[in-house]
Formats: sequence, structure tokens, C-alpha cells
Amino acid sequence: MPLPYYVSPEQMMKDKAEYARKGIARGRSIVTLEYREGILLVAENPSTLLHKISEIYDRIAFAGVGKYNEFENLRIAGIRHADVKGYSYSRGDVTAKALANAYSQALGNIFTQDIKPFEVEVLVAEVSDGNGSKNEIYHILYDGTIEDEKNYAAMGGQAEEIRRFLKDHYQDAMTLDDAVQLGVRALNVTQNKTLSSKDLEVAVLDATKARRKFRRIPAEVLTQLLGAPG
Amino acid sequence: MTDDRWLSAFNDYAACSFTDLLRRQSPHLLPGFPGAAEDPTPAPAVPHGTTVLALRYRDGVIMAGDRQATAGYQIASRRIEKIFKCDDLSGIGIAGAAGPAVEMAKLFQTELEHYEKVEGDNLSLDGKANKLSQMVRMNLPAAMQGLAVVPIFAGFDEKAGAGRLFKYDITGGRYEERDYDSQGSGSKDARDSLKKLWRRDMGREDALRAALEALYDAADEDVGTGGPDLVRGIFPSVKTITRSGFSEVGEDEVRRVCEAILGERAKAETGA
Repeated sequence: MPLPYYVSPEQMMKDKAEYARKGIARGRSIVTLEYREGILLVAENPSTLLHKISEIYDRIAFAGVGKYNEFENLRIAGIRHADVKGYSYSRGDVTAKALANAYSQALGNIFTQDIKPFEVEVLVAEVSDGNGSKNEIYHILYDGTIEDEKNYAAMGGQAEEIRRFLKDHYQDAMTLDDAVQLGVRALNVTQNKTLSSKDLEVAVLDATKARRKFRRIPAEVLTQLLGAPG
Repeated sequence: MTDDRWLSAFNDYAACSFTDLLRRQSPHLLPGFPGAAEDPTPAPAVPHGTTVLALRYRDGVIMAGDRQATAGYQIASRRIEKIFKCDDLSGIGIAGAAGPAVEMAKLFQTELEHYEKVEGDNLSLDGKANKLSQMVRMNLPAAMQGLAVVPIFAGFDEKAGAGRLFKYDITGGRYEERDYDSQGSGSKDARDSLKKLWRRDMGREDALRAALEALYDAADEDVGTGGPDLVRGIFPSVKTITRSGFSEVGEDEVRRVCEAILGERAKAETGA
């Protein structure tokens, strides 16, 4: 039996990280913004059926960039975690923090133990319950690194550029219309063309809704929002 | 080397079912009483929900239930809720042993929401009714000892553009009823009452009145069923399910109709 080649751990991690980053950089980007009544998520996604943004639980949403089958698996695992926890304790005990930690553990383990790391970044957002809790946005990278973000977050291919743009243009307590327009402008920064409602997937965690806060914004409504001057 | 791991993506058709998820991962959280089938001792008197009903009307379905739970000859609760929202377009009314029944309703709600989130789509009304049938069957061993749960399931069928309702027996048997049905200890009286009051294409007002009249008749004839409680201000709970969703009929409106019914019946008794 031939001996396996020796590869130093540093080199192995470096190679894996580079591999994952390359995969993610090929994908399209997603931005998240806090606005006056909740949290907005905007993804560049020409498909109306394969979602990048989805509902996890009453106040929690999920977004993923990178390889579809990989973040789809993570999304379903998240829904299972949330539903079992909510069923065995109470709905209020399901938190984005616990979920983000689980994602971080899972991605960290996959990164160190498997030959191929996941080529994904995921985002977990939780909107305030209106009783003094704050909005929470967690951003988890392919190697399990977890960051909590304030006001806005971006992930995917050109996230750095988008983040710089949002840093200059983000304002507190925007209306939903303003937030959608800002989010789309931020995604446009990295494009040669202007994105229209056909290229976008938009959803909100709307604090004004009853129990389940997640709501998709349909293309017709989005066209109106984007058409409005501002 | 044969590797069938990829096949699991197809074989695992139940990946969107919350109940199957619990069965795989946390069977201790599933409702049911392990060992109930072996032990023939009848269960002691536990709280039982009494009368629930559902009837079709022009815009969809109305579901109503009294608010009393009865354990033996005792009132176990005066304010129990027996009609639950399952999702935007369906609701469940529970009769039978209150503990397992409430748990079944909770599991069913989670099941529907879980499917909707995982699949990104709603189950059909028939799919929902069938799923509930399997849950009722799971409870059969407990039912044999007196802990039966017999729900009524009703919803708005978007494809048919109309309200539909289903009743169940303890074996999970599912029967679609066309016009109205009732379940629980006072169900026979409520059904008799609805037989006289129900009309095709009733408006909302008439349907609400019929539902409350039927519950009043059930409370009048059946010791287990609670009537409107004017002293404590407790009235039946009534929900409507229409194209635009599941909504609760406000307590003020229910009180107004109940008082009208009581007034007319009192008048009839005294002959005034």
C-alpha cells in the first residue's frame, strides 16, 4: 500500500479555504438591511422557484450563497432544529443565536474533517419581538467563523465592495421603500447592468405582522417599489 | 463497492414530515402512551372536551365549540379552547381526552407549518386531512382505554373554491361531510339542531346563529357540554375559514348572538 503524501496542516487549511472562497466568489450576492419595521433581505436570484432566502421560524429568516445543494441542506437542518425546539419547549424559546451557533459548529466540523469544505456562507436574521429585544443578524462563513452584524450585512462574490457602499449610504430607520432601493443599488455596484425585479428575490421579516413575520415581496410589488422615484 | 447513499434523497420522501422527523430523532416527544396496548386498565377520569361542530356556509366554513372540559362528574375547566388554527386556510376542532387532543392539535399545526417551510408550498386540503387521519390512528391504543381523540377538520379548499369538512373515528377513519357535522358528548344534540337550521348558501349571520343555537341545544341536553356563562362572561369560541383566511369571531359578536338566543328562548318558555 503506498504511503499517503504528507501535507502540513497549515497548507491543507489554506488550500481548503482557497477552494471554498473561490466557489463562493462565483456566486451572486445577498444584502441584508435593518429598516424601521424589520429586516430586509435582497438577493440577486433570477430563479423564482429555487430560493436563496427563506423562512426558518416565526421571527427568523435564512439566506445562503454559494452552492445550492449545500445551503439547501443547511436550511432544512435549520427548520428541523427550530421546529423540534419550538415543539418541545415553546415558540419563544427558538432563537437565532442558538441556530447560528449550530450552523457555525456544523460548518466548522465539515471544514476541518471533510476533504471538501462547503462552498457556502449563510446568514441568520431575527427580528425584534417588540418587547425590547433587538434585531439580530448573524453571518456564518464556510469554515464556521461567525460574526454578528449591525444595521447591514453582505455576503457572496463581491461582498467587500457592497459592504463599503452600504457603510457610506446606510441610514437608521429607513422606510421599506427606501431600504429596498438602497439594497438594490448596493447589489448594482458590482454589476455592469441595472438589476430589475426579474433578477431579484426580496423578502422581509416584518415586525408588524402577527406570529410569522416572514413575507416575500412579489415581483409586481417590487417593480412598483423600484420604479418609484427616490 | 455499491454505494446507495445518493438513493436516500429519493427514498426519504418523508423528509418534509415533522412527525417522521420526531420518530427518527426524538421519539420521546411523540404523543402516545407506550405500553397502553398491553395494559388493559381503563384510564381514570381525565378532562374531556365535549362538543365541537363545523358547518359550511356561503363563504367557507364556520367552526364552533363550547368552552367546558369535563372529568367524570366534575367540571375540569370552564375556559378551554377547542378550536385551533392549523394554518391560514384550515382549522381543527377537538373532542375527547383533552390532554392528548390538545397535543395532537399542536403536532398537527407544526406538521403543516414544517411541510410548508421545507417544501415552500402548502399541502392540499386532502393531504392535510389524510395526515390528520394518521395521527388519530397513532392514538388508537390509548383510545381503547378511554383516551379517545376525535377531531373535526375543516378548511377552505382553494382548488374547489369552497369550504370542506372532515370527521374522524378513533381508528383514523376519515369521512368527508358535505354540509355540517359535530363531534363530542353533545354532538348528537348539536347535529339534530343543525339538521333543522342548516340551509344551503347560508350567509355569515345565519351560519353563526345556527352554530350557536346548536351549541346551546347541546349544552341544554348534555351534562358535559357548557352553555354560555353570563356570570363569568364565557361564551363559545367561533372561527370562520374563508378564501381570505382563518379568523376568530369577536367575543362581543358571539355574546350579542347568544343573548338574543337566550332572550327568545326565555320568551318562548314564559309564552310572553
